Amino acid sequence: MRPLLSVEDLSIGFGKDNPVVRNVSFSVAAGETLAIVGESGSGKTISCRAILRILPRAARLDCGRMILAGNGADGDLDLAQISERQMRHVRGNRIAMIFQEPMRSLSPLHRIGNQVSEVLHLHGRCSEAEARQQVLDCFERVGFPDPERTWRSYPFELSGGMRQRAMIAMAMVAKPELLIADEPTTALDVTTQAQVLGLMKELQQETGMAMILVTHDLGVVANMAEQVVVMHKGRVMEAGAAEPILRAPAHPYTQDLFHAAPKIPQEPAARRETGTEGPDKDLILELKHVTKTFTLRSGKSWSKPTLVRACEEVDLELPRGTTLAIVGESGSGKTTAARIALGAETVDPGGEILFRASPGADPLRVHDMDRAARRAFQRQAQMVFQDPYSSLSPRQRILDTLSEPLEIHGTGSRADHRDRAAEMLGLVGLPTDMLTRFPHAFSGGQRQRLSIARALMLDPKLLVCDEPTSALDVSVQEQILSLLEEIRDARQLSYLFISHDLAVVARIADEVAVMRRGMIVEQAPPEVLFHDPKHPYTKALIAAQPVPDVDRPINLKLVAQGAGAPENWPEAFRFAGQDAPPLVPLDPGHKVRCHV
Amino acid sequence: MSRDPSDRGQDERYVDAAPYDPGASLRELERKDLDAPNRVLVWRKFKTHRLGLISGAFLLFCYLMLPFVGFVAPYGPNDRDAEHIYSPPQGVKLFHEGRFLGPFIYPMTSEADLETFQWVVKPDYDTPRQLRFFCEGSQYRLAGLIPADTHLVCAPEGATLFLWGSDRLGRDIFSRILFGAQLSLTVGLIGITVSFVLGIFFGSVAGYFGGKIDWVINRAIEILRSLPELPLWLALSAAVPSNWSPVAVFFIISIILGILDWPGLARSVRAKFLSLREEEYVRAAEMMGASSGRVIRKHLLPNFMSHLIASAALSIPAMILGETALSFLGLGLRAPAVSWGVMLNDAQNLANIEIYPWTAIPMLPIIVVVLAFNFLGDGLRDSLDPYQQ
Repeated sequence: MRPLLSVEDLSIGFGKDNPVVRNVSFSVAAGETLAIVGESGSGKTISCRAILRILPRAARLDCGRMILAGNGADGDLDLAQISERQMRHVRGNRIAMIFQEPMRSLSPLHRIGNQVSEVLHLHGRCSEAEARQQVLDCFERVGFPDPERTWRSYPFELSGGMRQRAMIAMAMVAKPELLIADEPTTALDVTTQAQVLGLMKELQQETGMAMILVTHDLGVVANMAEQVVVMHKGRVMEAGAAEPILRAPAHPYTQDLFHAAPKIPQEPAARRETGTEGPDKDLILELKHVTKTFTLRSGKSWSKPTLVRACEEVDLELPRGTTLAIVGESGSGKTTAARIALGAETVDPGGEILFRASPGADPLRVHDMDRAARRAFQRQAQMVFQDPYSSLSPRQRILDTLSEPLEIHGTGSRADHRDRAAEMLGLVGLPTDMLTRFPHAFSGGQRQRLSIARALMLDPKLLVCDEPTSALDVSVQEQILSLLEEIRDARQLSYLFISHDLAVVARIADEVAVMRRGMIVEQAPPEVLFHDPKHPYTKALIAAQPVPDVDRPINLKLVAQGAGAPENWPEAFRFAGQDAPPLVPLDPGHKVRCHV
Repeated sequence: MSRDPSDRGQDERYVDAAPYDPGASLRELERKDLDAPNRVLVWRKFKTHRLGLISGAFLLFCYLMLPFVGFVAPYGPNDRDAEHIYSPPQGVKLFHEGRFLGPFIYPMTSEADLETFQWVVKPDYDTPRQLRFFCEGSQYRLAGLIPADTHLVCAPEGATLFLWGSDRLGRDIFSRILFGAQLSLTVGLIGITVSFVLGIFFGSVAGYFGGKIDWVINRAIEILRSLPELPLWLALSAAVPSNWSPVAVFFIISIILGILDWPGLARSVRAKFLSLREEEYVRAAEMMGASSGRVIRKHLLPNFMSHLIASAALSIPAMILGETALSFLGLGLRAPAVSWGVMLNDAQNLANIEIYPWTAIPMLPIIVVVLAFNFLGDGLRDSLDPYQQ
């Protein structure tokens, strides 16, 4: 079959530099999905933008042909050559695009309906009334329960997932022949991602359009694509049909990527010996009845402020030398829980956080510390932050950044600081000559290593990791997780690990607590949780996780049920309003929030 | 990528044949070019902003010249030549009737036209007079301290050198512009210092502590900004006793300008503080136990100092214009002090400008300097965040 779009020998460069995309070729046929996979800096996004010629101003198209097959009246078009006027006719009309950030790709000043129908006006296809009807149909198709209301709403009234649906509607309403989706689900929660991916697939089957899906996630590829192009540093590493590549990657880079992709294990993994069994557990950190209420200023100016429960009756125990993971989607209260555990946030009266620096020591009451106690606690408990790009001060050399905790706590001389910093750099796998560098010279993975090194400078006993890998590429994520595991075992550290990604947690955690809207809904060791999940929400999270395995597609039914409102959950878990059932131990070590 | 068949494995698959090294990324720097202190990066980026660079160089030249204007100017600021009132600009020429003479001028003769009651000033084309260089002229003080009387260039014996004409008292406008620069350019610096101290103090207090203090400071700023600016200036400067010396008046005026300018700066400081506090490295320092003083000193101040410098460069023009406006209205600096605004005081009268257009020449340096500051500030602002790609 003749491909709808074939890109041949595409090279793109910036200014006088060497091209960032070199000799890339791919093609996509009608009704087919082509996935372009790669990590940041691989040139995947820019290759796609080149198709619509929406490159940054400094970019130049060095060579290459992009042939869009003609339909009926028009002949073939070479998108690299045609005039800007012809290009405008192609954009939105024959080729549509969905961007990564649903929060930023809709204009906040216009109603959704007007934005979506704009493409129909631009291409002058139909009258106003017809356009309105088409848009409303399209809204219904992409899953808005009340299309009329959606037409009237502004973007800020919609959640991230709903905005992405609106974006899809905008792309689909002109019935394009090719849809380019640039990381359409990366900014979404995993259950929302599953539903949006499902929707895109359905729409594609219905309309028979071609789709180019740009992603970094092999799991998404396995669920969506028929053809794959793997890119690395601007070059194609491997290309071909999806199934054989995912079953047996041939290029070493693809193999690496495949191995690095976090997976939920299919077989129960052997339990790591932590030596913390038995009745008198040696707990380093204990959260008891922790509730945190935030006061939000109300939208209407004179009405009462609303109260938001970020955490509700959270009870957690972290045995020494182990990892406790808190997993949840955005707004689940997991980060608040982490900040509470570090004493950075006060708790509502009645909650207690106890910290024991050494076995059998008197517990330190984290929720109620004076200055001296806080200083002592800060030496024992440190945090690793989420965004490696903002967690290191751009003005300080690495040496100053690393020795800052020692300076604050006034220990050791300048020379001691230097030695200690060099030691820590070695521990996280970076060469010592990087001490005099500035953070902006480093890649994301290197910076996250530096951030870990800084957290370890004071030799803490407890490390709170707040999504330490979510801003990193998959292969780097894998390295950082291994590093964290190594350090934990070598230094007998205990981790409180916050993540939105069950697959990441599956590998590092000894115990997993799943949070939803401030409440823990299920808590168990990973081997139990992943193979015998009880709670519908946990089941939805697990089912929604895209796995790079063509034999394990996303189960949308499970996702839809668990991610929906609690009123629609099975009888045993159902509740309405604030009336959640208690967290009860079903088996030893497996707690589920349900009616018994 | 040549898609020749040898690249293809089974099932129509393409596999890149180039060598691939998996472990390369950890030991090398990703962005070698960004491995430098912030000021180096800012300078590197600023250099590419040509207009800003030229403006910066021009302003630097202007400020460096201020102590030496007495040497450059042919006349003193208040030297009067009663014979040549409202003399038009004289051009410096090099050739007289095809003969090279070196720099010279044609002397001006003025006589009263008894029909129009105007001074008619005519150049005398027969007697070219050569300029004198490194000559003795009126007394001045170098940098305000060292008495001297050597000038770079003086009028020839028995003639005048009014490059940009003379005013209603027969004073040289060119020389007065140079002397006026001393006050007009420094009023901005003093004003901005006052505004900086107040703005940084109130802005950082509001931004760091938040809550009630923030509320009070914000309301105070809003009240200050809601006052009509010009009448307030007028009222404040009218309150300056008229028997004070010009220097004292000058200081008071610049302080008044500073006091009225700080709210804008305080707001931007506060906004920057709030956004920097959310940065994870600031949180990290707080989690490590750093005191608020240390956080402000080590992390917040260095990171927004560059923003402050840019906003200072952008608010100096407002100061200069403020001084000009006040003096123009006769409420700022007063004679015998010389500033550009004071000079423009002469150009208040439309008829005056029509007959003697050169009395409005002091507008030129004002426009040029204000534009230069704006370009410089623009360039600085564009290069403040050197980490973007």
